[in-house]
Amino acid sequence: MSEQLKVPTMAQLMAEGKQPEVLFWVGCAGSFDDRAKKITKAFVKLLNRANVNFAVLGTEESCTGDPAKRAGNEFLFQMQAVTNIEVLNAYEIKTVVTTCPHCFNTLKNEYPSLGGSYTVMHHTQFLKNLLDEGRLSIEGGQFKGKRITFHDPCYLGRANNVYEAPRDLIRKLDAELVEMKSCKSRGLCCGAGGAQMFKDAEPGNKEVNIERTEQALETQPEIIAAGCPFCNTMMTDGVKNKEKEGQIKVMDVAELIANAQDL
Amino acid sequence: MQYLPNILFAIALILGLGYFGINVKKLIRNIKLGQDVDVSDDKNQRFNNMARIALGQSKMVVRPIAGLMHIIVYVGFVIINLEVLEIIIDGLLGTHRIFLGVLGKSLYGIFIASFEALAVLVLFAVIVFWLRRNIIKLKRFMSAEMKGWPENDGNIILYFEVILMCLFLTMNATDLPFQEMNSGNLVSQFIAPWFSGFTEGTIHIIERSAWWLHIIGILIFLNYLYFSKHLHILLAFPNTYFGKLKPKGELNNLESVTAEVKLMMDPDADPFAAPANPDTIPAKFGASDVTDLNWVQLLNAYTCTECGRCTSECPANQTGKKLSPRKIMMDTRDRLEEIGKNIDANGGTFKDDGKQLLNDYITPEELWACTSCNACVEACPVSIDPLSIIIDMRRYLVMEQSAAPMELNNMMTNVENNGAPWPYNQMDRLNWANEN
Ligand code: SF4
Ligand code: SF4
Repeated sequence: MSEQLKVPTMAQLMAEGKQPEVLFWVGCAGSFDDRAKKITKAFVKLLNRANVNFAVLGTEESCTGDPAKRAGNEFLFQMQAVTNIEVLNAYEIKTVVTTCPHCFNTLKNEYPSLGGSYTVMHHTQFLKNLLDEGRLSIEGGQFKGKRITFHDPCYLGRANNVYEAPRDLIRKLDAELVEMKSCKSRGLCCGAGGAQMFKDAEPGNKEVNIERTEQALETQPEIIAAGCPFCNTMMTDGVKNKEKEGQIKVMDVAELIANAQDL
Repeated sequence: MQYLPNILFAIALILGLGYFGINVKKLIRNIKLGQDVDVSDDKNQRFNNMARIALGQSKMVVRPIAGLMHIIVYVGFVIINLEVLEIIIDGLLGTHRIFLGVLGKSLYGIFIASFEALAVLVLFAVIVFWLRRNIIKLKRFMSAEMKGWPENDGNIILYFEVILMCLFLTMNATDLPFQEMNSGNLVSQFIAPWFSGFTEGTIHIIERSAWWLHIIGILIFLNYLYFSKHLHILLAFPNTYFGKLKPKGELNNLESVTAEVKLMMDPDADPFAAPANPDTIPAKFGASDVTDLNWVQLLNAYTCTECGRCTSECPANQTGKKLSPRKIMMDTRDRLEEIGKNIDANGGTFKDDGKQLLNDYITPEELWACTSCNACVEACPVSIDPLSIIIDMRRYLVMEQSAAPMELNNMMTNVENNGAPWPYNQMDRLNWANEN
């Protein structure tokens, strides 16, 4: 890892009279959260490597409104949505890719009826396409033969029926993909969705992320793969709680692919 | 006097169907107390879902044992109803086994033999179900919301099934001409010898009694449905038809809010102008009572079988939180029934009873425990969407009462001011690109 990341903004491209093939929607976690920023950078490295003509909104991006909507604040959600849609439409955006399943779900499903219709992809779908088109190659590298279990993000899996793209990518690493007892459509939530990320849990006898981490640990993985910055945080905390952070890493699928190639 | 049995039968039938009809009318009236919602789209997909999920029971087999048993009881129920048709015609016309003449001995034999075989399978399945509820005590049948009536309801239905199946087999076993014919008595031929000690006259009385009890039992069963979780036998069909077609992650965008947001964002709008169409402005945002929900959500509540598949998959419930999506549905139905009874008691209009769904039935603590993960929606075998009710009630708490937990208020303030749920400056959004 040495080269400088190339991260053009829409404003720059616009000034040059260019249009990117895809807009990378970074999301709040991907922009500000220290752990999630690593995922953002890993994904950008892959985009740079595959010579994808992309751009970000940078300071013109704002929260999609997902946490507000799930918390019940429809006003705030729609204010955010309308503001974002104005920006996206002004730049004539057609295709969006994002590393956050919450942004993915909101942009894809909840923006169209407010005037924002785009082709929206989760980064695992986008990477899978690059792979299929021969623009990106995946090597196993350090992950060859490693036991990896994939935690389905609710907003990618059940919410939008995307189960295979991340798994296809993991298999390409020549890794041993092991499934948890509840996976895919029956995958257990990490505990962060529905604005739970931003509050303490109600009284109970366990934290949801601990329950999910225990399910993951049952598969005796070397790596827990995730596809969502919030799941990533929850599972990382879970692994720490079990004092297993020495043996088990929680990594985004994009990080796996980037690290395998020493990007 | 010759026609006395026919007349008695007709009266029983009219009473049974009439009372059922009255309750169905009530049911429809109660469901219509809900808000309007447009579900006229994509009829093909909707029929498809109904055929697959309700008729084809596609969601039941996710749990193989319960699924298989349920399919046996379900097929048994549907097919044995053909026999009921014969009973009704016989009862009204005073005939005996009228289909025998119509179908001929061998075909009729095949029919009755399959009914008898199914009756035995149903008995077996019902016993397994009873054991799961009462001896094995499966966790999902033991939750707090299942205490009392719901628990009894589950068992009463099972006893009903046992009695009906036994009456059916007894009726066949004591039908001497039928036994003599020796076609279709697959199971009942082994029961017939139990009665060999009796005189022909006594056996005939037993046969008639079993026949009458069987049909009366079925009429009682029909009328029991309205008061029971077993309403799903009927409502599973419309409910799967009207079930959500959009991706599970998509929550509806409130149109009333859209109108206001557009107004706020439009620099040319006159803030003092009267709203264009006063009808589109709702009395309130979100739901605090069942009448704020839409009618599909209310249909959902009546359809709930209280199976608890939703609750057993719910991450909040699994980790000991109070939230149970099944309870959300049961509470909605209970409150709707309460309102319905109130309307009946007050000559057709609702008299304020000072209660509502929020707080009196469902507490904010339950609502705030939801992660919106959709596990409950995925698990439900009859396409019920508990999450939509949870979100509508959160909307009321937040938009009408500003009663979100403090941390969520902080999060929302951040989104409003900085465009992110944390207190970071929007101008720093691209800093990551230059950090190492
Ligand atoms: S959406 Fe809410 S109620 Fe339904 S299973 Fe998930 S946490 Fe439980
Ligand atoms: S909502 Fe569906 S899954 Fe839950 S108890 Fe009712 S029928 Fe069963």
